[in-house]
Amino acid sequence: MEFSRRETLAMGLGAAMVTVLPFRANAAADDRIAAFTGGADIAEGGVTLTAPEIAENGNTVPVSVAAEGASAILVLATGNPEPGVATFNFGPGAAQQSASTRIRLAGTQDVVAVAKLADGSFAKASATVKVTIGGCGG
Amino acid sequence: MASGVKPRVKVPKSAAAGEAVTIKTLISHKMESGQRKDKEGNLIPRSIINRFTCEFNGETVVDVAMEPAISTNPYFEFEAVVPEAGEFVFTWYDDDGSVYDTKKNIAIG
Repeated sequence: MEFSRRETLAMGLGAAMVTVLPFRANAAADDRIAAFTGGADIAEGGVTLTAPEIAENGNTVPVSVAAEGASAILVLATGNPEPGVATFNFGPGAAQQSASTRIRLAGTQDVVAVAKLADGSFAKASATVKVTIGGCGG
Repeated sequence: MASGVKPRVKVPKSAAAGEAVTIKTLISHKMESGQRKDKEGNLIPRSIINRFTCEFNGETVVDVAMEPAISTNPYFEFEAVVPEAGEFVFTWYDDDGSVYDTKKNIAIG
């Protein structure tokens, strides 16, 4: 089978797209983090993100987040078509700034939690979840 | 989607004053993500609950902004302080404008 110049170019372009796509997915997540923090620096630690190492079913992955004194926690799934998962805002009636829920993950990826702490600074935690069956349909 | 939506909430019947109680909530909802396709290959439009709030005697406990990555039948677990007897109000806001709510009383003792 011979390739014409046009086909070769198209194949090269396709390969380039495949390598660029993962970065684009992360860029969307980074944009969400920047929108949440307003561009402020993010420290590691100070927020706890609990997620399973291996999730058999990406449709319901139990995750919990906790950050003492946080006013808001943003949860992102960096490998999903849309990275946003949820934003927890805690009011004065909350005993602990912690919450659990179940989320959908399209595939093996990092889940990120960014918390806005009481002093106005931001903290981040991430966890890698291996997903056997993705949860975003075909 | 206004059919078959049923909120379920688990709150202790009573607590000591100032005690932290664990609250579990679940609402039956299909949470259509807007990513799936039907048999003809058309996108099924997004239909989710986009916000959940819990208040105790008018004071916010949690206010969650939800996105399509939240699973079917959204479940939340969190902790609230109970300084006095009163009423928890749970509210879910649907994409289609529907609002589902449920209330639970808690006593001191």
